[in-house]
Amino acid sequence: MHSFGYRANALLTFAITILALICAIASFTDSFNHPTPLAQVKVLNINWFHKQPNGNDEVSMTLNISADLQSLFTWNTKQVFVFLAAEYETKKNALNQISLWDGIIQSKEHAKFWTHTSNKYRFIDQGSNLRGKEFNLTMHWHVMPKTGKMLADKIVIPGYRLPEEYR
Amino acid sequence: MDWQGQKLAEQLMQILLLAFAAIAFVTGYVLASFQLMVLIYAGGVVFTTLVTIPNWPFFNRHPLKWLDPIEAENHPKPEPSENVTSKKKPVKK
Repeated sequence: MHSFGYRANALLTFAITILALICAIASFTDSFNHPTPLAQVKVLNINWFHKQPNGNDEVSMTLNISADLQSLFTWNTKQVFVFLAAEYETKKNALNQISLWDGIIQSKEHAKFWTHTSNKYRFIDQGSNLRGKEFNLTMHWHVMPKTGKMLADKIVIPGYRLPEEYR
Repeated sequence: MDWQGQKLAEQLMQILLLAFAAIAFVTGYVLASFQLMVLIYAGGVVFTTLVTIPNWPFFNRHPLKWLDPIEAENHPKPEPSENVTSKKKPVKK
């Protein structure tokens, strides 16, 4: 009893229990953060818009994405994954989501950004439904904390429309 | 380590760890640095290890006082019945 090993074991057990406790409290402090993120996306140009030989519509566009996600960051945030999805409805599917662009934000300093880009991933419909289609661009993000639960939210930006004709 | 020393070591371990955890959390939260919190706490654990795990002299200030052998002869124990062996282990120093 009360040998070197006994004391080392007791200390290690107690130290790790407390570490778990302070991590839990750190995660809890995140619930006091009420973020107010901003996102704006402009479709500057439809570069081309055609029907692939297999019958699926594909469109390429130039986007201007600007966002201020700094308020998502707390002391317990490791990184934020953000992606921009085109969302629209077709007869077959109530919700089609196509990821057009994504990014990983590692720090608060990089969370306020703008970028001018053509879509990073191809915008291809399952079928030929895109002519004259109204769609939303939605900014989704996942906040990855150092400890605790991952949070996800989004900003829906409605009111975009694809041209009536292929070009 | 004597009995008082064991109690002291146990209490010191708990108090030091809790104190370092509190300091680490408050510092980390105020300075918004999770890394700093973990570093301060890790330092606290190392410090507590060094203070409470080795058998320092200050854990041995209350040694058990056994009766002198002569004293024991003056007050002899009642004759034990046969085949009874003492199960008490010697106290670790």
